[in-house]
Amino acid sequence: MRLLAEGLSARRGEDLIFHDISFVLAAGEALVVTGPNGSGKSTLLRVLAGLLGAESGRIHLEGGPPGFEHPHELSHYLGHRNAMKRELTVEENLSFWQRFLGDSPGGAGIALDAAAEAVGLAGITHLPFGYLSAGQQRRMAMAKLLVAYRPIWLLDEPTAALDAGADRLFAGLVATHLDRGGIVIAATHQPLGIERTKALQMTGFVH
Amino acid sequence: MIALFFRDLKLSVRAGGGAMIGVLFFMTVVAVIPFGVGPDLNLLARIGPAILWIGALLAALLGLDRLFQAEREDGSLDLLLMQETPLLLTVFVKCAAHWAATGLPLVIASPFLGLFMNMDERAIGATMLTLLGGTPAITLIGAVGAAVAVALPRGGLLVSILVLPLAIPVLIFGVSATYAAVEDPAPFLPPFMILMAITLFFAVIGPVAAAAALRHSAD
Repeated sequence: MRLLAEGLSARRGEDLIFHDISFVLAAGEALVVTGPNGSGKSTLLRVLAGLLGAESGRIHLEGGPPGFEHPHELSHYLGHRNAMKRELTVEENLSFWQRFLGDSPGGAGIALDAAAEAVGLAGITHLPFGYLSAGQQRRMAMAKLLVAYRPIWLLDEPTAALDAGADRLFAGLVATHLDRGGIVIAATHQPLGIERTKALQMTGFVH
Repeated sequence: MIALFFRDLKLSVRAGGGAMIGVLFFMTVVAVIPFGVGPDLNLLARIGPAILWIGALLAALLGLDRLFQAEREDGSLDLLLMQETPLLLTVFVKCAAHWAATGLPLVIASPFLGLFMNMDERAIGATMLTLLGGTPAITLIGAVGAAVAVALPRGGLLVSILVLPLAIPVLIFGVSATYAAVEDPAPFLPPFMILMAITLFFAVIGPVAAAAALRHSAD
């Protein structure tokens, strides 16, 4: 499976925020997007997630499972917000996303307990999500990536609010996902510590 | 999809959920009418069905603005939009859960409030039946307004104003069907059938329009 982006450009309001970005990612490869604030990292990820229309260019999958027209149907998206309900317990949140998202062809999500353990927070899944600290909430949002299988992960500043230990833990999760033939696109300032990464430096336009 | 239905139900009864707010508002509106109108029992019985319908309409509009806004604020809306599942199905299920949490309690509360208005059992039964058929239409119409105003921080009143013109036919046919059941010469079925037709019509149009509005609200 290969993810191809050809000549992508996107607009925010009147301004073109990036222009003519192309890349190819094969299974097991990661793309790390870096750049100063406002250079279009989040916009690029939202375009890839199908949440923003691209001004030009296209994104498509080669050799993906049949029946999926858009790569975003095979993607996890972890944005700035965690997409978890504060009023529900962690377990209710994760189990909802597990059942609602379902598994993409080619893999299976892991059990809730195992996912909580993988992010180092086993034993607190009975607490309401709102009770957790910002870092714990972020870790639980990562557990969401594990409970339902998606071959492509789109991660926007995934390690914001995390301590150094969680950084390493997160790098481990990404490495495992890549080993299983997944694709990761992350906008991050932290080095992932993985060899098979490509880099994309966003510069932004100078006005 | 069943998971989404039950999650929304759970959320509406937890702290901060809107399930009870609508019923309490409904109760407040209907309970103050006899004090305002005065103790004329015949008059109360005559205006009762209309007052119950107006109260239910306003109460049903009350919590609608949060339908998609809450999802947007915590980022869940992005994930709902990305899935392979058709968005209009997701919207429809959310409307169904919203109706079960806020519309159905209004229907259940209406007989008790009917007693406040000195309505006889025939009028109470007819009001309950028309509310059962009509309140889903209000939720489905409101979903369109909620989707259009999803990005506005204080969209509550705007949603009500946007959807009110579309909700007026529901009110007209709901009330006229109720009166037809009470007053003999007028037939009950024609207005009731039109009410049901409105509900079915918006069950199709509502999710399609709301899904289109949500797709274009993405920023």
